[in-house]
Amino acid sequence: MPYVLPVLFALVIVALLPLVAGYIVLVERKVMADMQVRLGPMRVGPHGLLQPIADAVKLLLKEDIIPESADRLVFWGAPLISVTTAMVALAALPIGPFFQIAELNIGLLFILGVSSLGIFGIVLGGWASNSHYSLLGALRSAAQLVSYETSAGMAIVGALLLAGTLSTRGIVQAQAQTEVWFIFAAPVGFFIYLVASIAETNRAPFDMPEAESELVAGYMTEYSGFRWALYFLAEYTNMIVVASIATTLFLGGWLRPFASTSYLDFLDWLPPLLMAGVAGYCFWRAPKQPVAVQKMFMAAVGLLCIVLALVLIMPMAAPRDSFLASSKAGIHGAFWFLFKVGAYIYVFMWLRFTFPRYRFDQLMRLGWQFLVPLSIVNVMGIGVGLALHRQLNWPAAPALILGIVLTLVAGAYLLATGEKHEHPRVGEEEEEETPVNA
Amino acid sequence: MLDQVVFYFFAALAIVSAILVVTRRNAVQSAIFLVTALLATAGIFLNLNAEFLFIVQVILYAGGIMVLFIFVIMLVNLDVALHQVQFNRQWFVALIISAVLAAQVAAAIAVSRRTLYTMPAAPAESLQPNTERVAFYLFHTYVLPFEIASILLLVAMVGAVVMAKKRV
Amino acid sequence: MAERYNFGAGAGGVNVETTVLGADEIILNMGPQHPSTHGVLRVKLRLDGEKVVGSECVIGYLHRGVEKIAEHRSYQQFAPYVDRMDYVAAVSNGLGYCETVEKLLGAEAPPRARVIRTILTELQRIASHLFWLGTHALDIGALTPLFYCLREREEILKIFEKYCGARLTTHAFRIGGLQYEAYDELEKDTERFCKDFDRRVDEYESLLTENRIWVGRTKGIGVLTADAAIAMGVTGPVLRASGVQWDIRKSMPYAAYDQYEFSIPTGKNGDTYDRYLVRLEEMRQSRKICLQAIENIPAGPILGKVGKVLKPPPGEVYHSIEAPKGELGYYIVSDGTTQPYRVRIRPPSLINLEALDQMIRGHLVADVVAVIGTLDIVLGEVDR
Repeated sequence: MPYVLPVLFALVIVALLPLVAGYIVLVERKVMADMQVRLGPMRVGPHGLLQPIADAVKLLLKEDIIPESADRLVFWGAPLISVTTAMVALAALPIGPFFQIAELNIGLLFILGVSSLGIFGIVLGGWASNSHYSLLGALRSAAQLVSYETSAGMAIVGALLLAGTLSTRGIVQAQAQTEVWFIFAAPVGFFIYLVASIAETNRAPFDMPEAESELVAGYMTEYSGFRWALYFLAEYTNMIVVASIATTLFLGGWLRPFASTSYLDFLDWLPPLLMAGVAGYCFWRAPKQPVAVQKMFMAAVGLLCIVLALVLIMPMAAPRDSFLASSKAGIHGAFWFLFKVGAYIYVFMWLRFTFPRYRFDQLMRLGWQFLVPLSIVNVMGIGVGLALHRQLNWPAAPALILGIVLTLVAGAYLLATGEKHEHPRVGEEEEEETPVNA
Repeated sequence: MLDQVVFYFFAALAIVSAILVVTRRNAVQSAIFLVTALLATAGIFLNLNAEFLFIVQVILYAGGIMVLFIFVIMLVNLDVALHQVQFNRQWFVALIISAVLAAQVAAAIAVSRRTLYTMPAAPAESLQPNTERVAFYLFHTYVLPFEIASILLLVAMVGAVVMAKKRV
Repeated sequence: MAERYNFGAGAGGVNVETTVLGADEIILNMGPQHPSTHGVLRVKLRLDGEKVVGSECVIGYLHRGVEKIAEHRSYQQFAPYVDRMDYVAAVSNGLGYCETVEKLLGAEAPPRARVIRTILTELQRIASHLFWLGTHALDIGALTPLFYCLREREEILKIFEKYCGARLTTHAFRIGGLQYEAYDELEKDTERFCKDFDRRVDEYESLLTENRIWVGRTKGIGVLTADAAIAMGVTGPVLRASGVQWDIRKSMPYAAYDQYEFSIPTGKNGDTYDRYLVRLEEMRQSRKICLQAIENIPAGPILGKVGKVLKPPPGEVYHSIEAPKGELGYYIVSDGTTQPYRVRIRPPSLINLEALDQMIRGHLVADVVAVIGTLDIVLGEVDR
């Protein structure tokens, strides 16, 4: 039965995703609180560990409000589109060499294509709400996503040139073979993808479509309760998707750092040690919790971490050639993949709490006048490097570095010329124009 | 068996959506059904093991062009169009033309049914990954037409920008 | 093409018949319930796409008739009401009112009271500017500075709490002097706060001043020329950022400001960025004043000679102070009874708000938020 395992994986992902998204929200709130010299959620469960569940229950029990003049059917369906497309995109992601729902030879394109459909959820939701704020938010996000998909796509092309395949698994294997993560071979490409992926997931400093101080909540203004939760789920799923793409393309996917350097194999002990450390912290904090239930819960979390640590240790402690030892790549691969995804998402949060928000026209200018040209130059730079390497038999490192330097020069030029074009009062020169309808 | 079920499902979906595209009065709803029709077609491509075509259909038509369609539709006030008569009085002529066309196609199929040559489908396993094949043909065999086409598109694009911009 | 726009239940559910000139224009109601109108301000924006082609402020949602209430309260009874106008800077409001009534009575606060008044008012200015900085940054999308600012503001509020028991609406002063004697560690607390504060302002600057996005969002946004600012009667940091060196603390000193050295920061371009820099520098100057003031607080009584029942002679008086947001003026007409015949308050926020329309024309919706933030309005004061 070839379908059993994929279906099983799919069920696991669909079942766990809301929970994971909920806990990413909790982590985000905790990170935010830490950066803003406060504590964050502390009430529900020890250190607010049960907050996501309380939030989910609250959202599910809320009254479902549909504005009177809304297009009911579209209003009802739009959040579903967002969530579905975000989840489908997860299908092609290799969470470790074994955990993957579908291995496609167009894997990466599939993810891009499906997640580009998610915009319909936003645009239609904004339109169906029949409110100015929603419509403006929807229009902004449509323009923003279309613009930044271009540069994200071009950034990906750069990495694809290096990998020579569209298959997500193949890309990671290419990085394993060359022993270089593509972030080092194409740093500019990674930078472009980082910026573009923040813009594509509508996160600060590019959160125009839902800029709360301007458009209240953008396309989500009229949504509440469960439907709103669906949008939120879609947003966080999209974050996971773009982080996974970045991990796969640039950060070596499921590979351990220095995966093929055998004298650094002791790095394999890091994951179980990390888990044990978290467990130790939980046990240390457990008696200090105020209520008995919270003590037990804290201890349970600690136990869970112990179990995870044991799972991570098992394949290493097991005798060679046993089944357990052969599962090491899968288990440790999953750990490293998720770890990198988490780190990428952490960067998202970090940026969000550090930077002010771009203005819409500045965002567009950044996208079209800086990122798109830079990403094209980046592809050419990598192409030049690869051509020197493959056709003229240059050694790989100097060839690629030459490409990177070329790209950086072009980037500096773009930055320098871009400054001149900025004029704060938009469309000032158009004001004298006669109106079209006159 | 499964192939046929999938094909008929997507085909039916495409046809029903296509009909709904032209019958809906609300332009946004029409656009939504157009997206559905395009996606159903993409599904048929996938069923035929043409993954690259499938994903290009999804990215370009559904994800790119249709988003711009909806973008424009939402910018323009369409409430007026909702209350206008959508069909003019020449529906009778249109009906005759459609009937003639349908008859022609039916006749063509009926006459050449025996002689119509259809290629046997290649087994999916023996196919090369078609992304690479498409790239190979585009950049090797047909590189000149490909470049000409892209220059034509570029010219069209520049022209559109120039015409849209009132003062250069 | 005439279209009906529903201005929403907030406006009493009235449908207003509006003639739309171009088909491209839409009318967006920003507020009265909106996260960044700083209260219940409603701005009716005429938008061409996202570009603002015109605007109209609708105020009065927070109108409590403060001026009318004054006519039915005795002079002392009215004092707590002024705290509720600019509730972010209640101490300054109180100072203005008390000094005006003192002027009307011909009385004067004793030196000790004047110095303590100066300290508390300058602390209040810092607190008000801190709150402004935090919310302004939040409007532009920087989430974190707000909490840093609130952390420092908390220190100031603690000093207020120790002094008079209240944190927000303090009613700290009394006509003729002070309500309470300064508590023992007032100087020490103030000094501790001031010692640390310079570094904290640097910290805010490191987050924002050279941030590309921040500069892009504020430079050249909402430019107000000096002439336009003077013509509209704009005062306070908004006026100074346009390059006019006008500060009532210097030009018509009150309280104990004539004893201290401080400079008046001014801007050049009159844009949002300059206003940001001016206010940051003002915080530093206020810190300087506080440090000078705690050096030498004169001993003596805290309450001047005013009777228990205040009966000012008939007449009228206008007195204004430099509140954190601009010139806060009180005009009181007395008919010789225990209650004022008429009180008219000149709130800086209201006058400054009038510049909004001129400042946002041609900008985008996002800039409207930035400009409302940079004007530093408090709706309690605008509506009274």
